[in-house]
Amino acid sequence: MNFGKLIERLAQLIPVLLGVMVIVFFMMALTPGDPVDIMIGEQPISAEQEANLRHDMGLDLPPVERFIKFLGNAVTGNFGLSFFHRRPVIDVIAERLPATIELSLVSIILAILTSIPLGVLAAVKKNTIFDRVSTVGSLFGVSLPGFWFGILLLMLFAVHLRILPVSGRIGYAYEVDAVTHLLLIDSLIAGRLDTFANALSHLFLPALTLGLPMAAILMRVTRTSMLEVMSQDYIIFAEAKGISRTRILIRHALKNALIPTVTVAALETGSLLGGNMIVETVFGWPGLGRLVVESIFVHNYPLVQAAVLFYAVTYVFLNFFADILYTVLNPRVKL
Amino acid sequence: MTEAQPILSISNLQTRFATRYGLVTAVDGVSLDVMPGECVGVVGESGSGKSVTFASVMGLIKPPGWIDGGSIKFEGQELVGMSERSYRSLRGKYIAMTMQDALTALNPALTVGFQIMEVLLAHDSQISGSARNRIREARARVIEMMMLVRIPSPETRLNDYPHQFSGGMRQRMMIAIALACRPKLLIADEPTTALDVTIQAQVLELITDIRQTLGMSVILITHDLGVVAEYCDRVAVMYAGQVIESGPTKSVIGQPSHPYTQGLLRSIPNLANLDKRIRPIEGQVPELIDLTPGCRFIGRCDVREVACTQRVEMRNIGQGRTVRCIQPKGNVQ
Ligand SMILES: Nc1ncnc2c1ncn2[C@@H]1O[C@H](COP(=O)(O)OP(=O)(O)OP(=O)(O)O)[C@@H](O)[C@H]1O
Ligand SMILES: [Mg+2]
Repeated sequence: MNFGKLIERLAQLIPVLLGVMVIVFFMMALTPGDPVDIMIGEQPISAEQEANLRHDMGLDLPPVERFIKFLGNAVTGNFGLSFFHRRPVIDVIAERLPATIELSLVSIILAILTSIPLGVLAAVKKNTIFDRVSTVGSLFGVSLPGFWFGILLLMLFAVHLRILPVSGRIGYAYEVDAVTHLLLIDSLIAGRLDTFANALSHLFLPALTLGLPMAAILMRVTRTSMLEVMSQDYIIFAEAKGISRTRILIRHALKNALIPTVTVAALETGSLLGGNMIVETVFGWPGLGRLVVESIFVHNYPLVQAAVLFYAVTYVFLNFFADILYTVLNPRVKL
Repeated sequence: MTEAQPILSISNLQTRFATRYGLVTAVDGVSLDVMPGECVGVVGESGSGKSVTFASVMGLIKPPGWIDGGSIKFEGQELVGMSERSYRSLRGKYIAMTMQDALTALNPALTVGFQIMEVLLAHDSQISGSARNRIREARARVIEMMMLVRIPSPETRLNDYPHQFSGGMRQRMMIAIALACRPKLLIADEPTTALDVTIQAQVLELITDIRQTLGMSVILITHDLGVVAEYCDRVAVMYAGQVIESGPTKSVIGQPSHPYTQGLLRSIPNLANLDKRIRPIEGQVPELIDLTPGCRFIGRCDVREVACTQRVEMRNIGQGRTVRCIQPKGNVQ
C-alpha cells in the first residue's frame, strides 16, 4: 500500500465530514422547541434577562450565521458551552467518553471472538444440530430489540438472582487512580483485582446486550462466506497437497472468508455506536450515549451537535479502517 | 525378467453422485493401469468422467458423491476406504495433482511462495531443524522449484500473489507445487486447455522433461488427441463414465477400433490433409442418470446391432489393447 494513496483517501473524507456537519446543525436547529424556554421553565424572568440569555447562548443570530460560526469553531475543536453544564462541551464529552469506549470495545471484542469461531464451526458442521441451533440463535440475536433484551437480563441477573449489579459502572468502594480512564485496565495497573472483578460485573450485562446483534450478524456472515470458500477449487487443491484439515481451514479458508466479515464488522460497529444510547440508558451506564439522550430531551444543541459529529467521524474512520484491512486480506484489491 | 508392477492400478471403479435429478454414475467400471515412468493419456469429451475418476484416485470425492465399488491400488496398496490420515501422507508427496484451472486452484489470498513452501513443510522429512532453519531451507527449495518451471527472478516473485502472474505462469506454478516433493505419479488434469498453443507446448515439454529427470509416471488428462499423440505412451479413451478403448498410443490412433474413437479422430482437423472435411460425431452424450445397461454410444453409432443393448464388457484384442465394443474389428474403415 502506498502512502500517497492513503493521504488521498483521507482527503476524500473531508467533503463527507462537511456534509455531516450541515446535517447535524440543521437537524438540531429545525427540531421544534426552544432551549431557552426549557431552561427558564417556570421561573419568573424579565424579557431583558431572557434576551441576554439568548444572546449568551448564541441563539439570537440567524441560523446560517450560527452555522458558519459553528463550523469555524468546530474546526478548532471548540464546540461552545454545554447549555446546562455551563462548561465546554468538549470537557463534558471527554469526561463521559471513556465509559462508552470501554463498553463498546468490550462488546466488539466479545462479539468478534465468539462469532467468528462459531460461524466457522457452523459452516464446518453444516446441517448438524449445532448449525441449526446456532442459526436460530443468531436469528434471535438479530431481532431482539436491545432495550427489551437488556431489561430481561436485568430482571433475571440483577433483580431475581441478584448476582450482578443493576446499574452503573463501578461500586463506590472500588475507585482507582485514573490512568487510561478504562476501568478494566486502570484496575490492573493499580493491581486491584477486586476492582477489576467489580468493573467486569457491571460491564457484563450491558456488553452482552450491546454485542449480541453484532455477534449474531457476524456469525451468519462468517458461516455463509466460509461455506462459499470451502467449495472453491483452491480448497480442493490444498487438500490434494496433503495439508492438514485444520491448516486448510485456518490458512486457506478463513483468510478468504473473513473478507466479507471485516466489511460487515465495520458497518456493525457503526450500528453498535447507535445501540450505545439505548443500552447505556437501560443500564444507567455513565457514558456518552446516555448523555446524548438526556441532551436531546433538553435541546442542549451544542452538546448534541458535538456528539453526533463525533459519532459520524468515528463511523467514517471505521469504514476507512475497514477498507485498509480489506486490502490486507485481499491482495487483489488495491486501495 | 520379471514383469514390472503397475504403480497405479484402477479396476472396475464406480463413482456416483446423488443429485436432485437422480443418481449420477459419473464413473462406471473404469479400469486402468499405469506403469512406472509411463505417460498415459486420458481423453474424452466434456463430462465423460475424467476429472471424477482421478479425484477418486486422490480421495477427494465428497458427499453427495462416493466411491461405490472397485479398487484403486497405488504401489500395491489399496486406496479405496483408506483412512484420511494415511491418505494425507500420500497426497502431495507420492501422488500429486494439478487441476484444470490454475486461476481458481491457487489460493488468491496467499503468495505463491507460501503455497509451494507449504507442501514442502508438510511432507519433506529432509527439511528439519529449528523453525527458522526449516523456513530458510524450504525457501531455497521453493526458488529451486520456481527455476525448474522457468519462472523468471524467483527470489522476488515468490512474494507475489497468483493474480500477479500470467495464465501460463500460473499453470507452471501449479506444476511446481505438484512436483515440489518429487512425486512418483503426477495427475495433470488438462494442464494446457486454458493456454495458447505456444505456451501449451512449453508446459507439456516441461512436464516431459521433469518426468524423464525424476522418473515419475504421468497421467495426462486432455481433450486433445494431438497432445496425446505427441506426449503419451498409452491412451485411454473415455465416454460417458467408461473407458471404451485403451492401448499404445500409436496403435490406437493409427487403427482405432471403437466407433467412438474413430469418430473422434475424424472430427479433428488434420493439417496434412486440409481439404478433407472434418466430420463431427452426430448426436449427444447420454445423460449419466438412469443409464440403460447397454453400450453408452449406441445412440450415435453407425454400426449398432441388437446385441449392443446388452451390457458390453471390456475385451482384450491383443497388442495390449482393449475395447468396449462387440464387433471392434468389423468396422475399421
Ligand atoms: N459434485 C458433483 N455432483 C454431481 N455431479 C457431479 C459432481 N462432479 C461431477 N459430476 C458429474 O460427473 C460427470 C463427470 O464430470 P467430470 O468433471 O469428471 O468430467 P470431465 O470429463 O472432467 O469433463 P471436462 O472435460 O469438462 O473437465 C459430469 O456429468 C458431472 O455432471
Ligand atoms: Mg475435467
